[in-house]
Amino acid sequence: MMRAPDTQIARPGLMAWLNSDAPASRFQARMIQLYLGWLKLRGNPLALIGFLIIVALVLMAIFAPWLATAEPSAQDLGQRLLPPGSAGHLLGTDELGRDIWSRIVYGSRITLLIVALVAVTAPVFGLLVGTLAGYLGGWVDEVLMRVTDIFLAFPKLILALAFVAALGAGIENAILAISLTAWPPYARIARAETLTIRNADYIAAIRLQGAGALHIITRHVWPMCLSSLIVRVTLDMAGIILTAAGLGFLGLGAQPPMPEWGAMISAGRKFVLDQWWVATMPGLAIFTVSLGFNLLGDGLRDILDPKKSKS
Amino acid sequence: MTPPLFKLARALAATLLSVLLTIIGLLFVTFLIGRVMPVDPVLAIVGERASQEMYEAAYRSLGLDQPLYVQFWIFLKSVAAGDFGMSTLTARPVAEDVLRVFPATLELATLATIIGVCFGVPMGVISAVHEGRWPDHLVRLFGLFGYSMPVFWIGLMGLLVFYGILGWVGGPGRLDIYYEDIIPPVTGMILIDSLIAGDMTIFWNAVSHIILPASILGYYSLAYISRMTRSFMLEQLSQEYITTARVKGLSERAVIWRHALGNVMIPLITVVALSYATLLEGSVLTEVIFAWPGIGQYITNALLSADLNAVLGGTVVVGLVFILLNLLSDLLYKIVDPRAR
Repeated sequence: MMRAPDTQIARPGLMAWLNSDAPASRFQARMIQLYLGWLKLRGNPLALIGFLIIVALVLMAIFAPWLATAEPSAQDLGQRLLPPGSAGHLLGTDELGRDIWSRIVYGSRITLLIVALVAVTAPVFGLLVGTLAGYLGGWVDEVLMRVTDIFLAFPKLILALAFVAALGAGIENAILAISLTAWPPYARIARAETLTIRNADYIAAIRLQGAGALHIITRHVWPMCLSSLIVRVTLDMAGIILTAAGLGFLGLGAQPPMPEWGAMISAGRKFVLDQWWVATMPGLAIFTVSLGFNLLGDGLRDILDPKKSKS
Repeated sequence: MTPPLFKLARALAATLLSVLLTIIGLLFVTFLIGRVMPVDPVLAIVGERASQEMYEAAYRSLGLDQPLYVQFWIFLKSVAAGDFGMSTLTARPVAEDVLRVFPATLELATLATIIGVCFGVPMGVISAVHEGRWPDHLVRLFGLFGYSMPVFWIGLMGLLVFYGILGWVGGPGRLDIYYEDIIPPVTGMILIDSLIAGDMTIFWNAVSHIILPASILGYYSLAYISRMTRSFMLEQLSQEYITTARVKGLSERAVIWRHALGNVMIPLITVVALSYATLLEGSVLTEVIFAWPGIGQYITNALLSADLNAVLGGTVVVGLVFILLNLLSDLLYKIVDPRAR
């Protein structure tokens, strides 16, 4: 009956376990931190709305086959450009008779894919560059930060455009181009954090115990940089979604027949004066998702970094 | 030379050196992009039907048989001479094209920045004064909406509502078609040129065309400016000199708008310059939606038709403007604020 000791505690008092001020294990300490974060998030209605929007987006992407009412690329020229609310087509159909609702549902997978891939590449690269520059200092710092400055000085969208033009249009190259333009701010943040941590007493203590640079950077510097990076990544997500959609709109991102939201707007542009819904619906989807990320990012900044949000 | 002046000169020299390095870096990255682009620059010149000898002659004249660093040196020299080569799309020198289209972007970005400052600064101040209450939430939410909207979508929606349905504004383009090419170009900015020519009909027509794209870009600028103004104001309002001013019996209006905002103006210069620079480069999508013949549309068209020289030239020019505006705001900051020296 009582195999796991955890459930034994959890049954009578999960709340007590989470509210404990003397955590018995590292796991419990982490859970308490998460719970406290959740409490703060719950106290911030706007951030909560943002969080819910993103949860909804993830659920939509996972359950796309069940939520969609039609195949996203199934054409039916007899049913083209039907207005929203037509039988079987909640948001109407596009110029090839494809169901817009189903395309938006499947498009959420593409949006999430772009966001996830950029979020795991650009900040990681920035973290690497920033901590190396900050920890090693000297000419390494000088060179790495100069390169960072050059990329910062570049107009972002135009750099992404030029990269995509050089690499060829397509979703993988769009993601690569966005990552290439997105990393410099993370390097800046990671470097600043590293500089403040580097001379802390506990780092000196670890060094005296014989820890090497690699160990200190990976085990002690990186974890300390995480919270500022997470906030920045969340705040940047909206921009990444908008850039990806912009590339799709210009025909340089996801290629047809992929139901990418920006490309859908581009297709609907021709009919906007007569069949407004074709361009409007995917635009609303982009707007909702980037608003969600912005609201959550704003809230996370207040939760994880109270000193900066006050000033 | 007095020591403070000497210090200023040294700071200036250091800034200029770093800017120079950044510019060379910009040119190098652009150069590399040009080398990996799947376009054959030789074929673009000699055409598909050229003989092998003609092809090789052109290949050598472009310096493509030289090592990469020599090619980069040639590229640097020609850029320094203002020579970006010929555009295959327009069959004119790229430098000439860029000069022709740039005023349109400048006009749009300037008007948008004016809109952004006129609305963004007061909104940020109000937001800071009412921190945590509903005017603050309203302003922040309004700003977040701006950050979240795809510019090309809101542009389309604006055209649909204000042009298609209401008919309040002019459609895409800078002028109605029958007004085009009447005004002699002086500055290249139609609003100014039509005033110089004294043609009010064309001036108002141009206003009706520019107002929608400028408002949309201005909204983005506003979102950024109001957010920064808010955080600068909050910082100032918690300082002791504000308490002193209040204790001395100054009206709340004077305390906020004269004393606090007066001190916020200096960091705001940097913010406005940055937002201006971003608008100059970021208006690509807006220009495409509104058929605005500026640098963004020029680069996009060049990209889509694989016009290598035009892409590189346009990118370099936009990057240079971006860097120079940043430098300008840096210098302005140092001149206005003695502490920053």
